[in-house]
Amino acid sequence: MTLWIRGGDLVDPIKGLVENQDIIIEDGRVSKILPSGEFTEKGGRISIIDASGRLIIPGMIDMHVHLREPGYEYKETIETGSLAGVAGGFTGVACMPNTDPANDNVSVTEFILKQADKAGKLKVYPIAAITKGRKGESLTEFGDLKKAGAIGVSDDGSPVINSELMRRAVEYARYHDLIVISHCEDMHLSEGGVMHEGLISTKIGLKGTPSASEEIMVEREISLARLTGCPVHIAHVSTAGSVNAIRRAKEDGLPVTAETAPHYFSLDHAEVMGYNTNAKINPPLRSPEDVYAIKRGLAEDVIDVIATDHAPHSLLEKNLEFDKAAFGIIGLETALPLTLALVREGILTIQSAVRKLTYSPASILRINRGVVQEGSIADLAVIDPEFEYTLKEEDIMSKSKNTPFIGKRLKGRNILTIAEGQIVWSRDSKHIGCR
Amino acid sequence: MKGFNHKDLLGMEQLSVSDIELVLDTAESMKEVSQRDIKKVPTLRGKSIVNFFYEPSTRTRASFELAAKRLSADTISLSSSGSSMTKGETLIDTAKNLQAMNPDLIVLRHSSSGAPHLLAPEVKAGIINAGDGTNEHPTQALLDLFTIREKKGRLQGLKVAIIGDIKHSRVARSNIIGLKKMGAEVTISGPPTMIPMKAESLGVNVVNNPAEAIKDRDVIMVLRIQLERQSKLLFPNVREYSTYFGINKEVLRNAKEDAIIMHPGPINRGVELASDVADGPFSVILDQVTNGVAVRMALLYLLIGGHKSDVMD
Repeated sequence: MTLWIRGGDLVDPIKGLVENQDIIIEDGRVSKILPSGEFTEKGGRISIIDASGRLIIPGMIDMHVHLREPGYEYKETIETGSLAGVAGGFTGVACMPNTDPANDNVSVTEFILKQADKAGKLKVYPIAAITKGRKGESLTEFGDLKKAGAIGVSDDGSPVINSELMRRAVEYARYHDLIVISHCEDMHLSEGGVMHEGLISTKIGLKGTPSASEEIMVEREISLARLTGCPVHIAHVSTAGSVNAIRRAKEDGLPVTAETAPHYFSLDHAEVMGYNTNAKINPPLRSPEDVYAIKRGLAEDVIDVIATDHAPHSLLEKNLEFDKAAFGIIGLETALPLTLALVREGILTIQSAVRKLTYSPASILRINRGVVQEGSIADLAVIDPEFEYTLKEEDIMSKSKNTPFIGKRLKGRNILTIAEGQIVWSRDSKHIGCR
Repeated sequence: MKGFNHKDLLGMEQLSVSDIELVLDTAESMKEVSQRDIKKVPTLRGKSIVNFFYEPSTRTRASFELAAKRLSADTISLSSSGSSMTKGETLIDTAKNLQAMNPDLIVLRHSSSGAPHLLAPEVKAGIINAGDGTNEHPTQALLDLFTIREKKGRLQGLKVAIIGDIKHSRVARSNIIGLKKMGAEVTISGPPTMIPMKAESLGVNVVNNPAEAIKDRDVIMVLRIQLERQSKLLFPNVREYSTYFGINKEVLRNAKEDAIIMHPGPINRGVELASDVADGPFSVILDQVTNGVAVRMALLYLLIGGHKSDVMD
């Protein structure tokens, strides 16, 4: 079956172009891209998708999600997480290893891939643990994990405290062509902290986590990149100091890359007021100055990637006293509108915004995705950047609803997602299906 | 007459100047009740109050119990040991179960900042915050304001120093908010490890050296040092703390002659406060305790007594 996506404006994040193009998809690949109006049917079965007035972007890649399976299926499963992903416009997600059991061995990696296959919506790229049991004591079997399908390593949620071990991890990971993703946190400085240490924590009497807790570890990872020449990717950058450190590292030509999450450029620590556990995240929402610095960092390409750190939690972990509630918010279904807000604000062009959600993460993960070109795998999303709506809990596809954006106005959303040539999500047909 | 239109008392933040004045004025009548031979009035007959204490407390708990009993309310007390809190029930579930028994007020002491804010929208009963984590302790602040006003005749324009572990003190936070609202000037003092980040944003002066901080002050409020915080690296040991930050006669030479000494209790004698100062002529520490009952009677009355918009003569 042939798919003809007609009349949309294709965003090319590499060439930096937005052009009115028709896209023909055959056998899971993009077979032709040509100016609107030039394509003529030659007969055979063909499905036409009218994309006029819409943007077409490569399927988004979220390099930082928590799918909770195995172990916490009541929060999210690979199936529900996949659904939330394609609803948000993603065709690939990299899932962190803090499951139960942790993804520190081949059997868990294989299980994740099997479940992803069964869900059949999008590509799931397992990130394996750096250390066994994520305990920070000894390395996992990078070679076997890579062979089983792992694409990177991280002890996300807990940093590798032992600097010698981290050094060996980045050296050994390079041999196996695995990216090392570092969750930067000095656990002594952050001990007991439940929000950003600053004006608001002082005002409402909650224990704060200082920015330095993140920055000290960012500086360490930069030092290790300098020492070894090996790549390191910094997860969920949240502070101005981290942005500055990464900027200097890049100026020095070090192989350091970085991501931030939409909440770090959309919200600040005032969101916690009223002890809102849906604003409890690690690293925490920071000060308005940090939010500004994150935006600058994105604009100047100090921060390469926008990743969601999608972290589903049920009411059991969130409807609690603030200091007892779990850290984390979901993000797959809000990443697109929140990123488009930066475009409207003039921080990013549409091309660079799209690049940070597609081609950049694909390059860091060394996967051949994140572009729509003739011959490429047909992963793409048709989006309506102008659609305005209030986010409602019942519209969220993720199994968990822990997001501070419920009730807030958002602008822009995904209409249709195609993964490997298949329509895996369509807002319109969903409505038809409901009748 | 202005009314007291609140279902709950979660913190000083929510109270207006006239709310605070109303509480203090009402407490004066209540204090008179406590001085009678028969210390009981029927005002809250038929009302039930649950004292729900997740954290150990002697003074606050006894004070609330006596306040309720002197107004003829029925009270029960729950503490964390010997209740379902130790059986893994969530705070919200425990509160909803209590609500099902239809109390009029729940007095909550909890180790988590924001716990009463979590409960307030979940239950029909009013909630009084009797201390939540390191956030607020509004009834302590109100009894402190009452005591200061009683001793000094006013609050407006007074100079107050609060000394000790400001960062972890709900008493300090509530007092700062209340004192600022009432027009007093507040200086906080203590080792840098115990001063919260961006403390100036609370509208206070920060002077680390206590001898300097108490200069020209009308009121000196000394906070309890929680000895277990030594393990959190906030100070090297008790001896060092008392040497550099303890309030004794020597340090007090810098203070105004008629400065009053306050402490929320319980005192670590010889640590944050020397015994002769605690027991000295300018100490109003036991007046604070006496006034605590009156202020809490006033709050119970204002929250659940008769029509919320009226005030007793």
